[in-house]
Amino acid sequence: MLQDKDRIFLNLYGFHDAGLSGARVRGAWDNTKALIEKGHDWIIGEVKKSGLRGRGGAGFPTGLKWSFMPKDDPRPSYLVINADESEPGSCKDREILRHDPHLLIEGALLASFAMRAHTCYIYFRGEFIREREAFQRAVDEAYEARLIGQGNVHGWDLDLFVHHGAGAYICGEETALLESLEGRKGQPRLKPPFPAGCGLYGAPTTVNNVESIAVVPDILRRGGSWFAKLGKANNTGTKLFQISGHVEQPCVVEEEMAIPLRELIEKHAGGVRGGWDNLLTVIPGGSSVACLPTDVCGEITMDFDALSAAKSGLGTAAVIVMDKSTDIVKAIARISYFYKHESCGQCTPCREGTGWMWRVMERMAQGRAQKSEIDLLLKVSKQVEGQTICALGDAAAWPVQGLIRNFRHVIEERIDSYQAKSKSAQGDMDRAEFIEAAE
Amino acid sequence: MSVRRLCPEQPASFAFTKENEAWAKQLVAKYPAGKQASAVIPLLWRAQEQFDGWLCEPAIRLVGDMLGMAYIRVYEIATFYTMFQLSPVGRKAHVQVCGTTPCMLRGSGDLIAVCKSRIAPKPHELSADGDYSWEEVECLGVCANAPMVQIWKDTYEDLTPELFEKVLDGFADGNPVKPGSQIGRQASSPQGGPTTLTDPALYDGSRAGKREISETATSGEVSLLQTDNSAKPEALSGPRDGKADDLKLISGVGPKLEETLNGLGIYHFDQIASWSKETANWVDTYLSFKGRIEREDWISQAKVLASGGETEFSARKANARDENENEA
Repeated sequence: MLQDKDRIFLNLYGFHDAGLSGARVRGAWDNTKALIEKGHDWIIGEVKKSGLRGRGGAGFPTGLKWSFMPKDDPRPSYLVINADESEPGSCKDREILRHDPHLLIEGALLASFAMRAHTCYIYFRGEFIREREAFQRAVDEAYEARLIGQGNVHGWDLDLFVHHGAGAYICGEETALLESLEGRKGQPRLKPPFPAGCGLYGAPTTVNNVESIAVVPDILRRGGSWFAKLGKANNTGTKLFQISGHVEQPCVVEEEMAIPLRELIEKHAGGVRGGWDNLLTVIPGGSSVACLPTDVCGEITMDFDALSAAKSGLGTAAVIVMDKSTDIVKAIARISYFYKHESCGQCTPCREGTGWMWRVMERMAQGRAQKSEIDLLLKVSKQVEGQTICALGDAAAWPVQGLIRNFRHVIEERIDSYQAKSKSAQGDMDRAEFIEAAE
Repeated sequence: MSVRRLCPEQPASFAFTKENEAWAKQLVAKYPAGKQASAVIPLLWRAQEQFDGWLCEPAIRLVGDMLGMAYIRVYEIATFYTMFQLSPVGRKAHVQVCGTTPCMLRGSGDLIAVCKSRIAPKPHELSADGDYSWEEVECLGVCANAPMVQIWKDTYEDLTPELFEKVLDGFADGNPVKPGSQIGRQASSPQGGPTTLTDPALYDGSRAGKREISETATSGEVSLLQTDNSAKPEALSGPRDGKADDLKLISGVGPKLEETLNGLGIYHFDQIASWSKETANWVDTYLSFKGRIEREDWISQAKVLASGGETEFSARKANARDENENEA
């Protein structure tokens, strides 16, 4: 278990002062200038050495991403911080933004300096209104104390602006976020060109998650090797885990990467409701990843590599726990509804596929389907996966695929019992198909 | 995707208030010249806030004119982003119930049932008196405190149908309950107390001031980071006899600041009374106070209090406390 001295988010729950003086007592803004004096390349080098992988879900190495930024380009460079936390199950950035904002602001200065950016935008999801107000207070404090801004004490000019959306999950995708920031609908851009070459306002841009930036000051102060020693190879450091669903005490907690899932749930969340044997499944990384088979939950460790080997993913480390009372088909159907609602409508496979998958999932949750449709659903999900500009299509397909892979028997039993209950099963099916066609 | 259309009944005109117009100017300055379209979402949002919580068609045109955008481009934004309410919402409360899986697993369905019976059978419909409306929304990012609702700017978390009714009663009485967890836990910490962050060394200031600054800042002003640690106040590892003085009796020290001072190992009046000018400066710089300690004359206050005396402020405070106790 991670020791307190190795934790980064010391005011995660807001028990202490979130303002500048409180943050300083906890070690923030402590001689930041000395870090800047070490130079652009040193910072990128330390972040690379730390093995930090992006905390927004995809897990791309942060230092490597930074190194893609051009070194001398006539255009201005931008750092954009993605605070559009909307992945169902995720609620970690919210705690950073309202309780430890100075970690993020200091990280923004260091990251902007490393990438030679003088402007940083933070894109909040629209619903985080109080979080935005709290964060703006911290930004004002930092300007006031001349920690950031023009002619600040650190010798690297940085303007930091708070921006916000208005309720669109897709704006968490980095190019959709840039579109939205430029004043358009949040519809993802084709890549290439990647944002590092042509991003915000056509200039070099790096988009990073809140947590990825907020851990940077600690990495630089304590050294990349300190961070790299935590966790396991290729999955280093600490991570904010968010445990929701059927546990005794849902919570957000900072733990070491690669902690066993069972330990995480039992140590911090008070265990599964009704005991470990009452566990049905866990979605380990937010709604976009597949649920795990029951027996795997007992052994799996919470890191990128182990979870992708188990055909799921770490995602944002949003652990959604479901006990045996859960109607798993209904739970996944609700996720399908989410993607149907949040598809931006740009690519046909996603726009049409998410709605189609949701309607079939709803029927399956009632048992009002044919068993042959299970394979059809699987096939359609594969035709959405990988066929769209952004990963929303994949994210809509994976939970459905996970359900069929691990809980096919539940769907089949549901269909059997529906058909047994209905004396005129065939008649009903005709009607169901009629309704389907009418929709 | 969801189908969203403007309300058929629209007001004749819309104009920003003077304050909002001034605010809009500052807002546009955040973005590079010629990129003022970036301000479209914040501007529409402000228009919605000003117009009783919904976005009307004249406001869409106005924002288009202000930013030099074609009306259709602004209309696209208004219909794409689901936080823009395109028809009137309840005067007292528009309830957004999160219905996505993490909340659903913990009973958001019961909250929706309350909305249906108490407000209106269908989402986006006004209650009979026009005071309430509701909708089911997608994940609001408060999953460890599920189920939850958002009303205006605030979230109400860890709800049951009974607790949710109380929240609604609060809006009906014009006396809303405190936002956040309704079962009394602090943010997303585990109920019953945190399992982490219990080491007091994290908060005693020992993590700060480890690195010495060699160069002085180039500007004329004194750098906040230019601290000389030889003047750092002497720290106690804990209050003597386990009983700290009530530092809040010093005018200028509130509960937060008291906590911070305790974090620096300062628990007693006599400690502050013994500060030299340099030490007071160190603390002042450390807390980025800009001379507040001298201005409020903490040291003299502390001297009086340490000798068992009363200052005008502490006497007033003690009186107020006595009165409160009498009332109780």
